[in-house]
Amino acid sequence: MLSAADWDIVQLSLKVSLAAVLITLPFAFALAWLLARGRFPGKLLLDAAIHLPLVLPPVVIGWLLLLALGPAGPAGAFLDRWLGVSVMFRWTGAAVAAAIMALPLMVRAMRLSIEAVDSRVEDAARTLGASPGRCFLTITLPLSLPGVVTAFILGFARSIGEFGATITFVSNIPGETRTLSLAIYSALQVPGSDATVWRLALISVALSLGALVASEALSQRQRAGRSGHVL
Amino acid sequence: MSFEVDVSKALGDRMIEARFAVPGGLTVLRGVSGAGKTSVLNMIAGLLTPDRGHVVVNGQPLFDAAQGANLPVHRRRLGYVFQDGRLFPHLRVRANLLYGYRLAQPEERWMTLDEVVAFLGIAPLLDRWPRSLSGGEAQRVALGRALLSGARALLLDEPLASIDPARRSDIIDAILRIRDELKLPMLYVTHDPAEAERLGNQLVTIGS
Repeated sequence: MLSAADWDIVQLSLKVSLAAVLITLPFAFALAWLLARGRFPGKLLLDAAIHLPLVLPPVVIGWLLLLALGPAGPAGAFLDRWLGVSVMFRWTGAAVAAAIMALPLMVRAMRLSIEAVDSRVEDAARTLGASPGRCFLTITLPLSLPGVVTAFILGFARSIGEFGATITFVSNIPGETRTLSLAIYSALQVPGSDATVWRLALISVALSLGALVASEALSQRQRAGRSGHVL
Repeated sequence: MSFEVDVSKALGDRMIEARFAVPGGLTVLRGVSGAGKTSVLNMIAGLLTPDRGHVVVNGQPLFDAAQGANLPVHRRRLGYVFQDGRLFPHLRVRANLLYGYRLAQPEERWMTLDEVVAFLGIAPLLDRWPRSLSGGEAQRVALGRALLSGARALLLDEPLASIDPARRSDIIDAILRIRDELKLPMLYVTHDPAEAERLGNQLVTIGS
């Protein structure tokens, strides 16, 4: 059975991951929309920059976050001065690290979904009196919803597993930044804590598997249900 | 009610041109495949911006290059029935029909859902998803959706193209009744001379 300490770790991990995904979702959707529909100079560069966390060593991302959000960093100084907050060594910092690492996966999932929306159907909505904003809300967004759901689940699963950027950026503080992955790593350093490692590892497997099964089940339901060709 | 159209647009290495003025009723725009008939309809609907010229419907300029006027698509109130229906796949037939109706100002609506459903005989389809409809059923729903949006005229782009030939007369009948009973002006694009002959009060040829 899980101990109280285990539950605290799980709760912290869920809190960090949910916060990361919920904060990232609107930005990731906007970026996905830009990449799917936008035509502007530097699009390739933006695309590459968004994908960097997927290919860079996570420790580099953590270090870059330290530079940007540390007390002397531009973003960190701004947050401290205007909002009086710091994400350093806080669970919010862990959420920021997880968000950055999840961003490329989330953008990819939503971009594919937005690209799959038939722009001719959007034209039809406009001829029926829908302004561009209403067309987006009533046609584009609902039709790309499967991608949003997939992005949410993939981003969540990625955040649960986040390790390198988190430990570099906000360290490994019990109760504040020690999420599941960090707790497993810490337990591995302590002789005789095999049982803890097993329990935490099984929880990770269960959470990730649950997310993937949910994602697959949802996409199957989408395929079996109302979506399909236009005529 | 009248259409005055004088537009041209370069698309790739082709030049699409159309110039005609017609009163109400049903006007058939005909021309060989690739003559740019659909592009002309898109320019009238506002989905495509002409390089030059003007589009005037019932005295109201919708587009005028010289004056820099270009009414957005959603304010033109021209019901567009596409070759391929283009129903909203995530909405049932009833919600598809009501999409434009809900967006129209009350004074712009001139038919109710019940009237349109009775007129087109689509009551059994109301709770169906678009993907479960046949080509002919989908096209009747598309016609109804355009009528309910408070359209002051219809643009029809080869609406029979994706329908089984044996089922085409249903749609033709509906279109003739829209012309005769509802007196709605229509621009009807086709490349089929027999269809043009059967439907048109007026014929306009696009391209040479």
